[in-house]
Formats: sequence, structure tokens, C-alpha cells
Amino acid sequence: MMNKSSRSVLTFKGGIAPEGNGKDMSSAIPTRNAPLLERYRVLLQENAGKPPKPVVAKGDKVKKYQLIAAADGFVSANLHAPTSGEVVGIVRVPGPMGLMTEAIEIAADGEDSGDAPFAPLDWSKASPQELLARVADAGLVGMGGASFPTHVKLTIPPGKKVDTLILNGAECEPYLTADHRLLLENGEALLRGALTFGRILGVENISIGVEINKIDAIEYLSRIAADCGVRIVPLEVRYPQGSEKHLIRAIAGREVPSGGLPADAGCVVQNVGTAVALDNAVRLGIPLVERIVTVTGEVVRNPGNWRLRIGTPVIKAIELADGVLCEPGKLILGGPMMGFAQRSFEIPVAKNTSGILLLPPRVSMNYMPTECIRCGRCVQGCPMHLMPCLLATAIEGDRYDLAAQNHVMDCIECGSCAYVCPAHRPLVQHFRRAKAELRSRNRK
Amino acid sequence: MNLISAAAPLSVPASGAEILLWAGVVMASLGVVLGAVIGIFAKYFRVRSDARVELILELLPGANCGGCGQAGCADFAKSVVEGRNAPSKCPVSSREQKSAIARALGIEEEAGFQRRALVRCGGDLHHSAWLLNYNGVLDCASAALVSGGPKGCSYGCLGMGNCARKCPFGAIEIVDHIALVHPELCVGCGLCIAACPRHCIALVPAAATTHVYCNSPEKGIDKRKNCQVGCIGCRKCERTVPGKFTVEGNLARVNYELAPEELPTDADAVAVKCPTHALLSEQAHFRIEQNEEIR
Repeated sequence: MMNKSSRSVLTFKGGIAPEGNGKDMSSAIPTRNAPLLERYRVLLQENAGKPPKPVVAKGDKVKKYQLIAAADGFVSANLHAPTSGEVVGIVRVPGPMGLMTEAIEIAADGEDSGDAPFAPLDWSKASPQELLARVADAGLVGMGGASFPTHVKLTIPPGKKVDTLILNGAECEPYLTADHRLLLENGEALLRGALTFGRILGVENISIGVEINKIDAIEYLSRIAADCGVRIVPLEVRYPQGSEKHLIRAIAGREVPSGGLPADAGCVVQNVGTAVALDNAVRLGIPLVERIVTVTGEVVRNPGNWRLRIGTPVIKAIELADGVLCEPGKLILGGPMMGFAQRSFEIPVAKNTSGILLLPPRVSMNYMPTECIRCGRCVQGCPMHLMPCLLATAIEGDRYDLAAQNHVMDCIECGSCAYVCPAHRPLVQHFRRAKAELRSRNRK
Repeated sequence: MNLISAAAPLSVPASGAEILLWAGVVMASLGVVLGAVIGIFAKYFRVRSDARVELILELLPGANCGGCGQAGCADFAKSVVEGRNAPSKCPVSSREQKSAIARALGIEEEAGFQRRALVRCGGDLHHSAWLLNYNGVLDCASAALVSGGPKGCSYGCLGMGNCARKCPFGAIEIVDHIALVHPELCVGCGLCIAACPRHCIALVPAAATTHVYCNSPEKGIDKRKNCQVGCIGCRKCERTVPGKFTVEGNLARVNYELAPEELPTDADAVAVKCPTHALLSEQAHFRIEQNEEIR
């Protein structure tokens, strides 16, 4: 089953195969550019870790690509102006986690002018240190969803050896096609980015994992990657194929130890979007200020992918897709499985916003959870080989110790268990609460 | 040896009287021997316990709430006898019970005062904004993780009853999605404080009968978007009744450090006449939340 030849379709054990994955709505339409807006609100807390410190003040004139907030500490990422204009101030906007967060508001002057702030580099000649510094300067973060600063991921802790680089083009979330379009349209930039990552890490073994529902992208990439040493790996259509740990399991055949990092298994995983952003930063010298976002859902009149600047309000993105057909039941940033439901349309697009999903009321209807009937479907579906039914029962009784013993901390919150649960139990919510509780206990 | 020889006659036919006699002898000698053993153990292996611990345990409420910081009432009684704790550390006992304990131990009575739990939020179903249709687990800690909870305010009571489930005295009731403390039932053990993920419960002196029912440090204008009864920091209370209230940032607070007789009373709430009804007397707040009165 785990045949490592590049022709066979690789996968991991467990997980689910969501039916009717909604990708057809937007996958065939080429990515469009978004027109310049009057106002952008760039969230300060873009990255996982510490938010960067603003370096501009109210009334300042900024150029496109100018640094507007500088990384505060190691686990933090730079922010750059998405267009030229004037800083309106630091405003409070609804953040992707529902709480009010700070954002730098920029009123565009319409010129959209600015020079590339960094000198172009040749990836094959520049030293790994130079390239790593460029990653940090350009404010790169993981664009798959976790938004972890990329330079931190590329700094391998001492004592660990990395021999495999995996680029994540699986895009296992239903509905989303942003990475699919990126693979088709930015293939060469992606390969250059992949080789640049390889050069920074000193790794020769580079694979790009792509699910076989993107067969056109696999064929195209295999053609252009034939002589550059990057392997295109077809993966089975299975959720959560795009999870870091499961990609490593499927492609490298290794297991990331419980509580460990991918580096413990000798691997580094990067999103394909991040690789393209890296190529832009190295070859053109421009920081990360825009990304491809899928605006989709049954409710959206004209779904598709757009190249949106960081800080574009979600409502403007929905207007680009000609608005909605009916009152949406739910707005989700990200995919339907792991994305977060939002309560405001004013949320700005962040570096990790892969999709803006509007679900109809019929799909997002609420179910009343009933008691666990011990059917074991969640156990079969759990890609981390946990026992969700047991964990949820323990957490319902406030037995966090029992949940910790049964490795609730290894839960990746993929939602496979809740998806298959016939009793509609809010399993992931229980695990999120238990993880938050256990983390706060460990801090004490 | 005695037993073996005693068993021997039984192998031959014996009369009923003989069997009875032997049985009596065996049981009596067993009793004597074991009694002697118990006597020896009681004399030489005795665990010396303090009779006062038992006495004090009887005077304590026996709720085992843990509010004193000890592992239940027995542990607290031991710590009091050993002088590690003052009787006033028990948050549940009434003043009379505390002085009875002090008298029993012959130690000086400490001037402690009764505390009560206060839910610093008045944003119930009718007065706060509902921004999302929450259908998850009915648990405050879980709800707080979903987009910051269904209510617009991210500092106020979520009203899903984590505190009420924790309260060993049944003093907290959830009315219209807000926790309401029944003052006559609350003993001030403080267990609810740790249960609240929003940290909006505080222990305050029971002598104070007027409180600020708001916990949000946000600006007044931001608060008003989400809650009609949030404190907007207008400083009216500070000006009307000097000394009893302080406005820090955008939030008024009662100066609970004052001496019990100086703490704000119902009359102060009437005098202030808070424009947003964030500052209310305990009675008025209670009547409003029970829907007996409209703000």
C-alpha cells in the first residue's frame, strides 16, 4: 500500500472523503485581479506568535510595499503596505477569531506606486543566510492557514537534521481552489520557490504533494518539473491530506512523534502559496502584500479566485463575485472543515485567508447533539488515531486528566470526527476547550 | 494445642452438653487472648489526635467547599488548631460560628467580614447585542472560544452557567443568559471565580449593597454598540458621591477597600442615578434581572 514510487497515489490512514466537495464552482476560472479599493485595513495580528509593532503613525504617507509594522521578536512577521496612500490610523476591527483586534488603516491615493524595497537576488547564487534574511524581511508566513512565520519554520533547531522538503499543494479542504489555480498559473514561480526553500535548508529531496482531483495541475507540473529535481507526488483525495503530519506520513512514510515538530521526522512542510511568495521576494524583491483567495459557496452569484491585497474587507471580495443569491447562512474564512465562522463582513483578508466561503442556510443548519452511541465512526475517521468518543465523554465530565492521558493534545482539530458523527456531537469544540484548559494549566 | 485436643473428642460420639461446653470454652479463651492483644495495641500503638480538631470540625459548616484554600473542612480544622489559619479564613461560616471557634480554642477573635460573589455584568438577553447564532456546547469556556462568544461584549457574562454548576450552595441562577447571585445563599467561598472564563466574578464585602455591573475596559462608544447597560465612564458617580467610586479608564469601580460602614449603600445608588444603569443597588439589579422591574 505504501509504495513509494512516484506513480502510485499516496495517502495516510484514517480521515474522511467529504462528498460533493464544491471545488467545481471555482476551479476552472482563471484567477482575476481585484481593482484598487479606497481603503485597506491590514490586521496587526497576521501571524501566529507576537504581533508586529507598527512603525507608521496617523497621517504618514506610505508607498506600496513600504514596511508598516516591524516584527517584534523572533516569532513575528513584518507587515507591508498593500498600496500607496495615507495612514488613517490604528483602528479596531473584528478579527478572524471574533474578537476586536487592531489594524492599520490605509486610505489609498489611487496611484498604487512604490518600488520593490529589496534588491533582486538570484536564488541559485545567493547564500542560504541571505535568502533566509529575505524570508524574514518580506514578512512571509504559512499561507495555508496556520500563518506561522516562515523564517521560524526554516530555522531548524540545533541537533535536528532535515533531509526532506515537502510543499503542500494538497488543498484537501472542500470548496477551496486557490492553491489549484496557483499550481496551474504560477507553476514556474512555485518550482523556483521550492528550489529556494531547498537551498535555504540544504535539502535536495523536494516533493510537491497534490491531490489527484487536480490532475491537470499534476500533469502540468510534472511536465515543467521534469529536469529540475522536484518530485510531483499525486495524493489520494482524502481529508485531511494537507495536514503537515499526514503529508509527511503519505510522502516520506515517516511519523511525527507526539508533541514533536516535523523537523523531528527530518521534514519541513511549506504551503505552495508561500513558495510563490518567496519567489516574488527573492526574484523581484517584493514583500508579501497579496494572495489568491477563493470566494465561493452555493450562495455566491459568481464564484472564483481573486488576487486580493492583504487588508481587503471580506464584503468587498464578495462584491467582486457579484454578491449573493440569497441571505447566507454562514460566512467562513478558510475551508468548511477547519475555517472559522465569522460574525462580521468587515473582517479584512489576512495572509492566511485561503477562502471566503458563504454557505446557504440549508448546509449550515444546526443540529441538536444527542448521546454518543459508541458506533466508533469517529475512531475510524480520526487521522491521528485518537478515540474522539472517549475523549468527548471525559471532557463532558470535566475529566481533563483523562483526556490528557488519552492524548487530546495530539488532536489537530481537523473535524473529521464531528463530520462523521451520526449523533451530531460537537466533538471538536470539546477538544478545543480541553486543549485550551490543559495549556493554561501547564502554564501555571 | 488446646484446639486440637478439643477437636479430638468430637470424632467420637459426644453428648450435646459436651459440645456446648467445649464451644463455650474455645470462644471464651479466644476472647481473652484477642482482648489482650487489642489492649496492648491500644496502649503502645496509640495515635495521638487532638480532640479539638473534632470539636472544631463540628463547628464548621461541613460544605467542604475549599474556599479557605485547604482540602475540605477537616483539613481546615486541623490547620486552625495548629495555628496555621485563623478561624475567619473560612468564608462560609457566619460571624457567630467563627467567634464560637475562636472561643473554643481560646484565641483572639479576628475582625473579618463577610464577602459575597458579584457578577460584574448586567448585559442580559434584553440589554446586550447577540451577534451570532451559537449552537455549540452549553459551557462558557467552550462558547468563549467560538468567535468570542455569542454576546458582542468580550468581557461580560456568557450566561451558560459554569459558575452555577460549580456553586456548592446553589446560590447562582442563570436568568436570561446572565448569572445572578442570590445574596442570601452566597457564602463567598469563591469557587465560582475560577469557573468563569471571562473573570467577571469578584468577591466583594457583603456590607456593600451597591455595585457597578460592568467589567468591560473598552471605550464607552464601543461598549454601547454591544450593550445598553455598560459603564461609559461618565464619572457621574465619582462626582455625586465623592470617595466611594473611582473611574479608572472607561470603567467605574466601587472602592471596596473602605471600612464596612463607609461602603456604598442603596441610598448611594439612588443618589447617583447612573445614566446607563450600570451602577445599581443589589436589590434593584436583582429585581431587574428577575424581570420584576424595567430599567
